[in-house]
Amino acid sequence: MYKGGRIIAFAALFCLAVLSPFIVNLANAAPAPETSLDTPAINAQQTKECVASTEYMKDNHMQLLDEWRNDVVRDGSREYESASGQVYEKSLDGTCLECHSNREEFCDSCHDYASVDPYCWDCHDGEAS
Amino acid sequence: MKRRDFLIAGAALGVAGLGCLGGCSSYTGSARVSGGGVAGRHWGFVVDVERFNREADMGKIQAACHHAHNVPDIGDPKEEVKWIWGEPFEASFADIHSEHPSRELEEATVPVLCNHCEEPPCVRVCPTKATFKRDDGIVEMDYHRCIGCRFCMAACPYGARSLNFRDPGPYLDEVDPSYPTRTKGVVEKCMMCADRIDAGELPLCVEASNGTILFGDLNDPDSDVRRALDESFAVRRRTSLGTGPSVYYMIKGGEAHA
Repeated sequence: MYKGGRIIAFAALFCLAVLSPFIVNLANAAPAPETSLDTPAINAQQTKECVASTEYMKDNHMQLLDEWRNDVVRDGSREYESASGQVYEKSLDGTCLECHSNREEFCDSCHDYASVDPYCWDCHDGEAS
Repeated sequence: MKRRDFLIAGAALGVAGLGCLGGCSSYTGSARVSGGGVAGRHWGFVVDVERFNREADMGKIQAACHHAHNVPDIGDPKEEVKWIWGEPFEASFADIHSEHPSRELEEATVPVLCNHCEEPPCVRVCPTKATFKRDDGIVEMDYHRCIGCRFCMAACPYGARSLNFRDPGPYLDEVDPSYPTRTKGVVEKCMMCADRIDAGELPLCVEASNGTILFGDLNDPDSDVRRALDESFAVRRRTSLGTGPSVYYMIKGGEAHA
């Protein structure tokens, strides 16, 4: 191969440069976030139960909030019946954040880890910026 | 290709193109109704103009509304945000105003707010369907969808809509956590306290008005509003535009307190 040595050397260098972020992160991966359920409203509950299973909420809480918003604003449907038969108000402020009042330990810990920056709190939870 | 074949092929292509256009939807031009509320109802207000001026406190009504809905007090009239406010009778009814109105009407202030029109022009122009009309006549907004284009503000003949030109946060004395605040670039207006109505309560302005603003179902002949309208002359703002406002202003012309 014409100038084969150099081509292989530079190809290797290129691969190293492209993979460098992954290689750097291999060594110091951030630990998985710990979410805290230690709030007065949750502690006061006899059976600690959310509107849906933890697994479902972890994966789909954003879709659920989106559906709730459309249901309430567009269709005037304000009541949500969970799998256990409990009826909740479809409300971010009134239902979700009533229990999960510890934004930093609950919401932010995961959002920071996943590097997402939702703007829910710009308007909700009574926090004027 | 011969000239004749070329022309035939061209005509065939043209017809095929027209056929494709048939698939395009045509805009029907009607303000869309988008679910929500009880169908068949038509919520509306009746303001007793003369009694309002004698017995109601506009400042108190506005404070009740603006405080509960986290409406910022910006101060600058160019950027102010308002849901309900007082306006001289003459200015609100310029099109029907008389050269020689009664003294009481001449000095009267009327509460003005979103008219929750039957044919809302704001809904017609909104490019994102952020504003829409519920089945019970309430013209509502989904703040999440508003892109701040202000078409609705240009379309509304009542000036009932306000844009948040800046972050409203610093202009709120105290935030009521039961209602969301807004962000910069979002349009807002009176929502007729739709959440209170859904819960069977009266809108806040009606509660704070000492009974001078009536609220009820305009489709129900036995409702407070319809009974009041049966007994007295009433006007609506700029009906000639065909918007069909749901806010009536009742004028008794002195008979009630003669």
